[in-house]
Amino acid sequence: MDLYTEGNPIADTRAPDGPVETRWDRHRFDMKLVNPANRRKLTVIVVGTGLAGGSAAATLGEQGYHVKSYCYQDSPRRAHSIAAQGGINAAKNYRNDGDSVHRLFYDTVKGGDFRSRESNVHRLAEVSVNIIDQCVAQGVPFAREYGGLLDTRSFGGAQVQRTFYARGQTGQQLLLGAYQALERQIGLGNVEMNARHEMLELVVVDGRARGIVVRDMVTGEISTEMADAVVLASGGYGNVFYLSTNAKGCNVTASWRAHRKGAYFANPCYTQIHPTCIPVSGDHQSKLTLMSESLRNDGRVWVPKVKGDDRSPRDIPEDERDYYLERIYPSFGNLVPRDIASRAAKNVCDEGRGVGPTGLGVYLDFADAIGRLGRKAIEAKYGNLFEMYERITGEDPYEVPMRIYPAVHYTMGGLWVDYDLQSTIPGLFVIGEANFSDHGANRLGASALMQGLADGYFVLPSTLANYLAANPMEKVEASHPEAVAARTEVEERLRRLLAINGDRTVDSFHRELGQIMWEHCGMERSEAGLRKAIDEIRALREQFWQRARVPGDGEGLNQSLEKAGRVADFFELAELMCIDALHREESCGGHFRAEHQTPDGEAERDDDRFAYVAAWEYAADAGTPVLHKEDLVFEYVHPSQRSYK
Amino acid sequence: MNLTLRIWRQTGPEDKGRMVTYPVPDVSPDMSFLEMLDVLNERLILDGEEPVAFDHDCREGICGACSLMINGEAHGPQRGTTACQLHMRQFSDGETIDIEPWRARAFPVVKDLVVNRNAFDKIIAAGGYVTAPTGSAPEAHSTPVAKEDADAAFSAAACIGCGACVAACPNGSGMLFTAAKVTQLSLLPQGQPERYTRVIGMVDAHDEAGFGGCTNIGECSSACPKGIPLNTIGRLNRDYLKATTKRAGTPGS
Repeated sequence: MDLYTEGNPIADTRAPDGPVETRWDRHRFDMKLVNPANRRKLTVIVVGTGLAGGSAAATLGEQGYHVKSYCYQDSPRRAHSIAAQGGINAAKNYRNDGDSVHRLFYDTVKGGDFRSRESNVHRLAEVSVNIIDQCVAQGVPFAREYGGLLDTRSFGGAQVQRTFYARGQTGQQLLLGAYQALERQIGLGNVEMNARHEMLELVVVDGRARGIVVRDMVTGEISTEMADAVVLASGGYGNVFYLSTNAKGCNVTASWRAHRKGAYFANPCYTQIHPTCIPVSGDHQSKLTLMSESLRNDGRVWVPKVKGDDRSPRDIPEDERDYYLERIYPSFGNLVPRDIASRAAKNVCDEGRGVGPTGLGVYLDFADAIGRLGRKAIEAKYGNLFEMYERITGEDPYEVPMRIYPAVHYTMGGLWVDYDLQSTIPGLFVIGEANFSDHGANRLGASALMQGLADGYFVLPSTLANYLAANPMEKVEASHPEAVAARTEVEERLRRLLAINGDRTVDSFHRELGQIMWEHCGMERSEAGLRKAIDEIRALREQFWQRARVPGDGEGLNQSLEKAGRVADFFELAELMCIDALHREESCGGHFRAEHQTPDGEAERDDDRFAYVAAWEYAADAGTPVLHKEDLVFEYVHPSQRSYK
Repeated sequence: MNLTLRIWRQTGPEDKGRMVTYPVPDVSPDMSFLEMLDVLNERLILDGEEPVAFDHDCREGICGACSLMINGEAHGPQRGTTACQLHMRQFSDGETIDIEPWRARAFPVVKDLVVNRNAFDKIIAAGGYVTAPTGSAPEAHSTPVAKEDADAAFSAAACIGCGACVAACPNGSGMLFTAAKVTQLSLLPQGQPERYTRVIGMVDAHDEAGFGGCTNIGECSSACPKGIPLNTIGRLNRDYLKATTKRAGTPGS
């Protein structure tokens, strides 16, 4: 292909060998430690304060490092982990329903469609039980049974009840737990908090990550912050689609700037389209709202059997409804994994059986559950979600079925990391959604919270110590030529954005980019579509740099300037996503290529050619990205066609 | 529908600020309030004017970033709703809507509708936590928690830290915010060891940050988008009283 070149495969992932059950324990013992007295002499920068960044900064602070934490929001408590609704998985087996660390490991590798690293996923499953203990100790108010013990529920892709939850606000409660631990460290002076600061560049000195360039979003001041290691916990890049369930400010800039400085970007085309979101209502739409997957425990998904049936849903008799998930996937029914539920919704809408004003919607119906359990029970479980639905749509879901449609929700791809969560730039660690590590080509519900907290509380603090202990370094000042160059780059870029002074708003470009990506790099991709998208993205990017209008100056709070920088980076990422999607001539998880499907329309993987992680190197000189493959080896969970039938 | 907006514009903390009138035509009732402001801002940018700065992020009512005083009410007319979840079907054609920032001594204006709520973080840092360093936790099921306590703790923990309570209070008090966290943690067994030092630390930080005192008016609770009940403040007061007597009784104090 003309769009990329292939480089050397990735030789070492630092994953230990031997029995998978003992890899993490043995690795932890083998790693070096930092003496408590030496920790306070070491500075660690953590970018982002969500579940991963917040828990990491708090833990590193507790351990005695000098931590500098950054977030773009006005408070670390507002990071978008706060919006996660459904729950967090853990292999506690409190239900005695056959769960175990091995089963969580197995379900996650299978759920990821055999595109994740076994060693990492096993570690995640092991650590999951410690996370629940940690959060309970912090006072996180999980749902409980009458006997006072923790309640759990089912989630997609699993046949055991291993999902712990706090009504429909699990992310909020877990994040506040981490935030409070972080605030405690801030109060003690161990963590220096910098809210309303945005990382705009990474500083690399002698091949190591040694700092970042940040902009104070209130004063406009640019500063260079130096450290002994840098941790990115800056989240996912779903907003490349403009419309997504991400917060408006979520962006790829921190990751992308690191990528341009040498960190490989892995599997960028693996994006998760969540099946249950409130459908788009008009051109003014600025974001999409998720309705938790937990609703599929009690809601039944259906569309009319015949095309163009525009009767009100309550007037459509039972035998004229198609409960298509229950029909096609009898053993998992409405609880099939997200990628499968999303594509099934797309298929019935493509057939012309979609509902609602746009025809892009399917029903999620609670009538049976209300009849069986009573309205009170449904209110207790999902009350806040039902209210949210009614506020947005003006319809009462206790009376009429919800209308839902898939929307971009999570990105499995991200910066490539080894087993130690270190990127290809030594000293640059990447945790949470920002890395690519544990979810393969599809993330299971309630696994994002688990991974964010596993990385931040338990994995990174060990692996980072090993790096710092093994690599004693000289202090580097902000006056170092590399640091000065990084800062100059940032300043020039901001000046350039402000100087365009064109005739289109940044949002109008972002919206158009999102449409290209949704159409060609969304739920279904094809070679022709992706090639077209790449041409369109390039043309639009050129227009952006000629016609975008960024009002104001860089001297103070300027939300247009913030947006412009982020959208400029999304343009570059979008192209790489399409190249990655184009090169992966198979269907797996969230990546569905029209050319590669089984006769009954399921994803057709090609393990012979594509059982690898695609890690992309930025190559400014060559002009095209360089592909490095990390071969995936499955010793415990043998790849099979994923079946939820 | 066609609307007239009167919006507070203030270039920075030193500027005096003023209300500016903007007509906004063709508003769809399905738009959220912030999407309506997006439409206005898009137009202002193309007209060569500065768009209106306002805080927002998740736009699904949970991050607590949005902070608009709409027609004199924190988050606008709909009960239990943040400004980002407020939809234009709540307004009628031809209406004039006033939009202002939170107004409170402890929340200085940064620009236009954006305020600094860092004081809330300081209150949490002064005790709004359980000290449980990573890795030190006992097995989660070792301490059962009565369901009603867990549920009540959850209801208090639902606070999103938006500051509507402060903006609605004639005294500019942050007591509902403080009491919500005190209540959550004092209801749980995990919160008991620090129960009394917590309440003193948080109330002291609250007062130092320039929030006003609570005089039991109750505006806070009715403005709260998450329905944090007023009786949490009663709970805080009881804990505070106990804490001060305990402190007075400590040998050597």
